[in-house]
Amino acid sequence: MDTLIENNLQFLQFIDENGVATRALERDKSLSNVLPGMYATMVAARQVDEEMINLQRQGQLALYPSARGQEGAQVGCASALRETDWLFPQYREIGVFLHRGIDVRGIGLAWRGTWHGGDGFLERAVAPMSIPIGTQALHAVGAAMASKWLADEGVTVAFIGDGATSEGDVHEAMNLAAVKKSPCIFFVQNNQWAISTPLADQTAAPSLASKGVGYGMSAVRVDGNDVVACHVAVSEAAARARSGQGPTLIEAVTYRLGAHTTADDPSRYRDDAEVTSWEARDPIARVKKFLETSGHWHDDLEVAALATAAELRHRLREAVVDAPDPSPLEFFDHVFTQPTAELESQRQLLAAELELEG
Amino acid sequence: MAQLTMVEAINAALSDAMQTDEQVVVFGQDVARQGGVFRVTEGLQERFGDNRCFDMPLAESAIIGSAIGMAIRGFRPVPEIQFDGFTFPAFEQIASHLAKYRNRSRGLLAMPITVRVPSFGGIGSPEHHSESTETLWVHTAGLKVVVPSSAADAYSLLLDSIECDDPVIFLEPKRRYWAREEVVRGTRREPIGRAVVRRTGTTVSVVTYGGLVAVALEAARIAEEQHGWHLEVIDLRSLVPLDFDTVATSIIKTGRCVVFHEGPRTLGMGAEIAARAQEELFWNMEAPVLRATGFDTPYPPGRLEHLWLPGVDRLLDTVKQSLSYDRI
Repeated sequence: MDTLIENNLQFLQFIDENGVATRALERDKSLSNVLPGMYATMVAARQVDEEMINLQRQGQLALYPSARGQEGAQVGCASALRETDWLFPQYREIGVFLHRGIDVRGIGLAWRGTWHGGDGFLERAVAPMSIPIGTQALHAVGAAMASKWLADEGVTVAFIGDGATSEGDVHEAMNLAAVKKSPCIFFVQNNQWAISTPLADQTAAPSLASKGVGYGMSAVRVDGNDVVACHVAVSEAAARARSGQGPTLIEAVTYRLGAHTTADDPSRYRDDAEVTSWEARDPIARVKKFLETSGHWHDDLEVAALATAAELRHRLREAVVDAPDPSPLEFFDHVFTQPTAELESQRQLLAAELELEG
Repeated sequence: MAQLTMVEAINAALSDAMQTDEQVVVFGQDVARQGGVFRVTEGLQERFGDNRCFDMPLAESAIIGSAIGMAIRGFRPVPEIQFDGFTFPAFEQIASHLAKYRNRSRGLLAMPITVRVPSFGGIGSPEHHSESTETLWVHTAGLKVVVPSSAADAYSLLLDSIECDDPVIFLEPKRRYWAREEVVRGTRREPIGRAVVRRTGTTVSVVTYGGLVAVALEAARIAEEQHGWHLEVIDLRSLVPLDFDTVATSIIKTGRCVVFHEGPRTLGMGAEIAARAQEELFWNMEAPVLRATGFDTPYPPGRLEHLWLPGVDRLLDTVKQSLSYDRI
């Protein structure tokens, strides 16, 4: 509770950009045990991210939205939850997906344009990737309401960004969750840019976390590039949610080091100097520094992390390079439980076209 | 056997569905404490408790969006949008998620959600309370669209809709809310996707649905008395799936068809029925498919709606026009 601060522009931080602990970590000794694992997942996320961009450049993927720079926020959040807690991501959550153990194949094929949403998500209690901004926040609240009825101690997390906080659906979701005291966490990765629109053009609020006050919701602003701060904030929010104390808004202050997507050119709207200043606050480098200075580092960690990451990159390439397309007749399979007569006749029409093409 | 109003019949269907299936939850604006602005949900919260029937903040997108989350967790939500004109704030959730979730999850996730919407005009409502929205949903792949015309049909079709694993937009014609009909609890009529011939005839096929079925039957009675025309009245009941076979059988018999709906004419159901008829029944037609519909204008103020809405006169004028096509 002591770390949940309302309407505060300061943020919660445990490890600063130089890898120095700014708060006592003894409050959770187990952190030093899990930190190496988090480090490995962050490294994997960074590397898979790079491989996705390579694959897009090689014409194997249609598009990819890089999460470079946001690995601390994502892994910090995902690692603080139970495997059964439902997650409602947007589309820039590679760190969350990898932490949950979603096969890179299913993520890569979605960006290749093989099918929408992503394969292998639901069995990991992760909703398909959601592209209309902020819409999935309402799904998270509905699922949280359901968790309460099921009494399964489940917590749901809505992953949204700074841009999404301007959307009507996010307002409706936060208000509903607060009114119903739903076990839901709104994890806002404030990466400063919504494509080309900076935060200052998105909101006049003193901070995104401060919006929690208006909803009657606990809120906290954390250093989003500090994996420990994100982990602690989400752990505490989840504990509150599980004990019936309702939702929490977490603003993780971070930065999108890459382009919005592979189709975007950020040099049109932001200065290199800004990017450079955030590169100095890299979430991965600071964990390594901290582990080194606190005596938890050993080179095997790096070797193992890089080996896992290389394996994932290899797996991704194997899965998506020249991957076959599904049959276009599948268009008609998932509209309804049973296709209507119209859909059946349209399926036959396409089948005939395909046959003519040979 | 009881004579129930459509309001009572829908209430009975909700109550029976909640009794049968614990995963059915009913919610919306003013549905619990007040029992709904039309009293459709009266008594459900008292009977089934706060977790099964509850009020929502005034936020339509939240009503549909949260229903989607509940469905993901295995519930069978039956949300209410208070009036037709207020479905628009929820349009994105309906079009981008409710309709597409099965497809986005490649068939893994069903959306067994029935969205009830008191709909259409004819009761002198203020602005935004009399909209015909059906074409929007029909044109959005992945939604079933059901429009009952009477109390017993509403009871049966609503139970079918709630049991259906596909999302259903259930449009209740407000002007028929207080019309009574015998409703036998626990029995079902024709399933979703089956049209019903409400009156048989040989002169012209009148294809309609919802609140205009009763108007068409009245027009058919007058037409027979005054002109000796025998109109066949078809109640579509569901627009998706569309039972075109029943329509086609009728057109083959009469050779003439008038589509009768409240909503604006352009790209309404009349356009689709006409297109299908000329594609599939060209040589069976004695006349082009004609339409008796609302106008391509915003819905008028209440005091003028009777002049805007297609009624007996507009339908019979259109029937007369159809009959004027005569092969020489």
